[in-house]
Amino acid sequence: MLDYWNAAAERTPFEELREIQLRKLRQLVDNVYRNSLFYRTRFDEAGVKPEDIKSLDDITRLPFTFKKDLRDNYPTKMFCAPLNQVVRYHASSGTTGKPTVVGYTRGDIDCWTTSLARSLTACGLGRGDVMQVSYGYGLFTGGLGMHYGAEEIGASVLPIGVGNTERQIELMMDLNTTAIACTPSYLLHMNEVANSMGISIKDDTSLRVGILGAEPWSLETRKRIEDLMDIKAYDIYGTSELSGPLFTECKCQDGIHIWADHFLLEIIDKNGDPVPEGHKGELVVTTLSKEALPLIRYRVGDITVINNEECECGRTHPRIMRIMGRADDMLIIRGINVFPSQVESVLMNIPEVGEHYQIIADRNGELDEMTVRVEVTRAAFSDKLADLMKLEKKIKEALQKVLNISTKIELVETGTLPRSMGKAQKVIDKRKI
Amino acid sequence: MKGTIKQISLFAENKPGRLAKIAEVLSKAKINIRAFNIAEAGDFGVIRMVVDDADKAFRALQSEGFAVSETEVIGVQMKDIPGSLYEIAKSLGENNVNIDYAYAFITKTEMALLILRVDDIPGAQKVLNNIKVRLVDSSEISSL
Repeated sequence: MLDYWNAAAERTPFEELREIQLRKLRQLVDNVYRNSLFYRTRFDEAGVKPEDIKSLDDITRLPFTFKKDLRDNYPTKMFCAPLNQVVRYHASSGTTGKPTVVGYTRGDIDCWTTSLARSLTACGLGRGDVMQVSYGYGLFTGGLGMHYGAEEIGASVLPIGVGNTERQIELMMDLNTTAIACTPSYLLHMNEVANSMGISIKDDTSLRVGILGAEPWSLETRKRIEDLMDIKAYDIYGTSELSGPLFTECKCQDGIHIWADHFLLEIIDKNGDPVPEGHKGELVVTTLSKEALPLIRYRVGDITVINNEECECGRTHPRIMRIMGRADDMLIIRGINVFPSQVESVLMNIPEVGEHYQIIADRNGELDEMTVRVEVTRAAFSDKLADLMKLEKKIKEALQKVLNISTKIELVETGTLPRSMGKAQKVIDKRKI
Repeated sequence: MKGTIKQISLFAENKPGRLAKIAEVLSKAKINIRAFNIAEAGDFGVIRMVVDDADKAFRALQSEGFAVSETEVIGVQMKDIPGSLYEIAKSLGENNVNIDYAYAFITKTEMALLILRVDDIPGAQKVLNNIKVRLVDSSEISSL
């Protein structure tokens, strides 16, 4: 088994990485200024020219890019490469409104694949491993991204996607799967289904590694998964805008290595100012190598901490700690993005519902659960239970239609939900992440 | 409405201390409860009661922030013998009057009273008058 996919690149001294980053950043800025109307306009508005970027610190002179920019420029108006060089598209589900489209050149796919090859090698995987890819295929980046990465390291790939759990377990047994890539909750579900089939993943299969992500999960969940199935469970990170799944932890399980020769990270506070290393803030990423859709100072929205110290594994690239939440209070419920503002707009369209509500995210067993608490106003109150239950059902159905997930509705007494305490009070995330 | 009783209904979460709070409000307002009923549906319940002064109870509970309403219900004096509930329910059913809910109590004057919430009050009154049962109204409840 290889220790590194590319030892020279992964162990480049930190100072040298900074030099590579500066060189690539300057190229990138120059390139997008010349090729992208979007970036040229943005830079002009901010009064910054490519030649102003003389050091890495100068990056703060560049304007941020937001998910909204991708939506506003749907589908491909932010692309910087000619479309005939785009070899693949992925698209978001559009749960929050207009979907976003991302595109990749041949070089982008190679870079994505290499990034995961490095990561999977760092998790101790390689030739001889059988990787069951149980992330969704298709427009979602998880399945295909992992597929290419696993093939690159010479693993045998089992492209099964999500669902059909009994078949997943049969194949896991029959083909001696050693590694699985899926959401942590799906793996836990799989374990339960296996048990009901009289199979123990721990004792009856060859599974030894899980590459788990695409939803928030806690260290406690990791421990449970590792104990239950006797495997090593590694956290994976990426978003479709950056490419899809890109980075994982190494065997030290102490943060996710971000390949600094391709991605430049910043951590910022609420005002957009840099926070000192070791302090938490919002992750901002600049893609140094992407061709089709390069992103400059992209506000990912995830809250984390950066660690630039060399890892015990010998890799010099910075690590980000487990994602602690979202800057925009978006919730991820069973893999689906839920913005409290969406919930609010649904509720406010129901006349019986008062202006006060609260969203509670929790975990019931292994599954995320979302409860919406709504005050029963005098207008909504009926002395007949059936009327109140009808109201619950009406709210539940209206939310289901917009959010695509089933929620639990809790009717509470008037005046019991917190008032005018700011936005944060409306959302309570009880899941330990 | 003539010949009916004003019932107080209110919404309450199903959790410790809620009934105590409601009882406290009524106690402070010196409201006497004649009949009382809780219907629960998981996380919440609806409390219904007949009191000696419905309007005062309504104001007291409302000023404490409760979702409260006044509902017209029918009070039927029953003969305290086997078969009297059957006669009432059967007559209403045969005349297509639906009973949404009902509860009963016995007064200190040994009168058996049935409280009925129906979907058609005048219809119910007519049916009940026809079978010669006596209806009790709010003024009578107050003076019990």
